Amino acid sequence: MEDMKEIIKQYVINEYVEDDSEVTFDTPLISGGIVDSFSMVSLKRFLENKYKISIPDDKATPEAFDSVNKICLLVNEYLK
Amino acid sequence: MAYSDKVRGTYQEIINGMKDAGLLKVERYIHSAQAADIEVEFPAGAPLKKVINICANNYLGLSSHPDVVKAAHEGLDSHGYGMSSVRFICGTQDIHRTLEGMVTKFLGTEDTILFPSCMDANAGVFEAVLTKDDVMISDRLVHASIIDGIRLCSAMHDTYKHSDMAHLEEKLQLHNDKRLKMVITDGVFSMDGDTAKLDQMADLCEKYDALLFCDESHSSGFIGKTGRGTHEKCGVMGRMDIITTTFGKGLGGASGGCVSGRKELVEMCRQKARPYLFSNTIAPPVVAGVIKVLEILSATTERRDKLEKNTEFWRKGLTEMGLIIKEGDTPIVPVMLFNAKLSQDVSRDLYEEGIYAIGFFFPVVPQSQARIRTQISAGHEIHHLEKALAAFKKVGAKYNILGKTKQEIIDMYGM
Repeated sequence: MEDMKEIIKQYVINEYVEDDSEVTFDTPLISGGIVDSFSMVSLKRFLENKYKISIPDDKATPEAFDSVNKICLLVNEYLK
Repeated sequence: MAYSDKVRGTYQEIINGMKDAGLLKVERYIHSAQAADIEVEFPAGAPLKKVINICANNYLGLSSHPDVVKAAHEGLDSHGYGMSSVRFICGTQDIHRTLEGMVTKFLGTEDTILFPSCMDANAGVFEAVLTKDDVMISDRLVHASIIDGIRLCSAMHDTYKHSDMAHLEEKLQLHNDKRLKMVITDGVFSMDGDTAKLDQMADLCEKYDALLFCDESHSSGFIGKTGRGTHEKCGVMGRMDIITTTFGKGLGGASGGCVSGRKELVEMCRQKARPYLFSNTIAPPVVAGVIKVLEILSATTERRDKLEKNTEFWRKGLTEMGLIIKEGDTPIVPVMLFNAKLSQDVSRDLYEEGIYAIGFFFPVVPQSQARIRTQISAGHEIHHLEKALAAFKKVGAKYNILGKTKQEIIDMYGM
């Protein structure tokens, strides 16, 4: 789980953060303006490719993607 | 009456909020034709003031060129004022098809379709050629009209970091399973004045079998040795799949736009693009004017050559006096001030000195990236630019920003 959190956090930083802003496991990503609704597409595709899962579109909501912790919960739901 | 006091109050509150936040846009009334020297009424009711315009998209100085004006008059006389119809019913004249052929030749593409504006071209093109099985991969700084067009299209959308080719390649790999992939960029980016790496992008698109789209609105007529655009500058003429551009900037400055590119894609727009299907096309006098513009630009590179020289002079002058500008070689030259209020104060003081230039700040540009965007024209003579440089020097000295670093300016005025 910790590995997954680090991997996703690092992906978010590399992909979306273009300054020195700090991102923690609880940083609001969507509501905090770091990831916009367009960019959720690539985050979802990254998770699906990386963890060999399929996340239904209706589950890939801004709320479910709003922090690294929440994303990990979502991914784990489909890993089982 | 449904427009009750409550409804009116709702809108008044929103407008007042914009005003309080300093975000209310106010027009300045120009009483002369568009040119380097203009007469402006600002604020409304104030006496007219003669100023030098350094914020127009009139890159080639053709907006009021006597030959273009004459051609528009002749087009009005020969083909009338309007069409009262969309293209496919009874709104297509011989001159519309003539202009489409001339644009095709000028840009080095296969075919062209006119739109009422480039905003409309960008609004219509994506949904006309892509489906939900496809993906659009766009630069993060593309123009707002492209964002709107993307929103209207059912294809998946992803972005890559501005001009970051490694990131673009990652995205092409990520979406390699899609039926069609389209890479989307501006040729010259309107706020920073930098140029897309179309040569590298064309290579990547070939490698991953992706379509390449470029909006050339701030390039057509003057970028590249013969002014064909960014694709000429980057040596990829003939390798572009879709170009959109406007006739509202360098190419005469009136109105209208187009999609130019592979003939099948243009045909798809002719069959499916909603702004083409449900709106009148460009009015006859404007079509006649743009035809004259393309004749002028095809006969000589004199105007784009002069623009290039003016741009070099302007960039050198600003740099030597110690102002921070965005690097590049295009006639869009942002003078960086970083602080929003400072950008407004400098703009106001420049106006007092007889120079018309506008300050841009968030949300038009990113936070702490406030600036004065200057735009150079072939219509400028050196004396215009010298006067504008003198004004920048005077105002820059007043605010103590000459020779200062970004951090020093931020320390003085804040982000």
